[in-house]
Amino acid sequence: MKRTRFNELHKKLGAKMVEFVGWEMPIEYKGIIEEHMAVRTKAGLFDVSHMGEVLVSGKDALAYVQWLTPNDVARLASGQVQYTALMTPESTFVDDMLVYCIEKPGTYLLVVNAANVGKDYAWIAGHTKGFDVKVENLSDAYSQVALQGPLAERILQPLTDVDLAGMKSFWWARGKVAGIDCLISRTGYTGEDGFEVYTTDPNPGSVWTSIIEKGSPLGLLPIGLGARDTLRLEAKLMLYGNDISDKTTVLEADLKWIVKLQKGDFLGKPVIEKQLAEGLRRKLAGFEMIDRGIARPHYPAFVNGQKVSEVSSGTFSPLLKKAIGLVYLPIGATAPGTEFEVGIRDKTFRAMVVLTPFYKRADKK
Amino acid sequence: MYPNEFFYTKEHEWIKVEGDEALVGITDFAQHQLGDIIFVELPEVGKELEVHQPVGVVESVKSVSDVYAPVSGRVAAVNEALAQTADLLNKDPHGKGWIVRLKIKDKKELGGLMKASEYEKFLEGLEA
Repeated sequence: MKRTRFNELHKKLGAKMVEFVGWEMPIEYKGIIEEHMAVRTKAGLFDVSHMGEVLVSGKDALAYVQWLTPNDVARLASGQVQYTALMTPESTFVDDMLVYCIEKPGTYLLVVNAANVGKDYAWIAGHTKGFDVKVENLSDAYSQVALQGPLAERILQPLTDVDLAGMKSFWWARGKVAGIDCLISRTGYTGEDGFEVYTTDPNPGSVWTSIIEKGSPLGLLPIGLGARDTLRLEAKLMLYGNDISDKTTVLEADLKWIVKLQKGDFLGKPVIEKQLAEGLRRKLAGFEMIDRGIARPHYPAFVNGQKVSEVSSGTFSPLLKKAIGLVYLPIGATAPGTEFEVGIRDKTFRAMVVLTPFYKRADKK
Repeated sequence: MYPNEFFYTKEHEWIKVEGDEALVGITDFAQHQLGDIIFVELPEVGKELEVHQPVGVVESVKSVSDVYAPVSGRVAAVNEALAQTADLLNKDPHGKGWIVRLKIKDKKELGGLMKASEYEKFLEGLEA
């Protein structure tokens, strides 16, 4: 099992450790609900060093990342970040990811899911024909922590020389955190304000410990993968392998906002245009349970008594205190207010399509 | 930690015998493994259960777990308080977090269960 460079620190904090896609990671420290609410009301610190980093550089780097993704990379100035997808020719997902424009137009850092690093690197390195680029998998060199929550800026600012108040959402800057060289971006996977901090320092422990020490008196908690999942689902952020995969298209996933057709040709574009012209047969919808029960991934979904799909994500929302989830439904059943059923053990329970995200922070910039 | 007067199963249920009846719940180890418990599905009072049959379902934020009858019997009562406060299973798993009261069918079945000291040894084996 792989271990992040913060592994011993988690164990000292009493984390419950589990295996997650080949990594030994903290699933929870104090409890999912308490950790979840700390992020929503104060702050939380996550070790996300298992995420992958792939660097694309060279004369054609911009053109190449444009070819691989549906979002418009040309809109990014050096210092900006973009959410996008690594797409198949069918407009399904090899992965979803963040693109960091390190230096336009020659250097882009792609941050991908831990479970997909090998596959993504092979994909990115395998489609370079005709492009003058170099592709490097830097995942083993990088450590990453995410500091998320309304107090994130207040906690991090005294520890860094980067002007955080001047950093807008989805921008990044280089600077020191606790004396260690880092890349800091105003991004995250929780629906809260916050930062993701990357470093290639082989001994990054003080990045973690300094944030814990500075934040703890203000209510910051270390957060495990359990609350990471409930937080991201409330904000309707996609989980690869559950909500999106190589079997779901970008339009079906309701991610049309990352598709910029006018930017030129890219992998999957013809299928997207065809789906736009013909209309979708199914779409990812958010739902709440009406009856008392919790829908979990893979539980069957029924419309008019017919099984139509399986729940892709589902949990108990610690903030809303109800069962929420995401599911692909026939397009006619995706309007908010539409009722359908979820099979839970040997019974069916009523659920209703609702507007998403389930949670949106009030001060969103 | 684990009361001496209880018996325990390998699936981490406990049973506390009181005359012809017994309270059944999940152990502190089980509640810790599950994490924050938010929902308990209870059986109908009067239901006849064979040993090892599911008596209820415990849901935490992250997982779902069946609770099995440690011995055969009829459901004499269920812990109605859990409908509103399922987290009693986290806070007081061996007390207020009981799940069902069973009318025991055959006390001889208790012989197949672990005593507290045996259960603690069993847990050490799991953690090793």
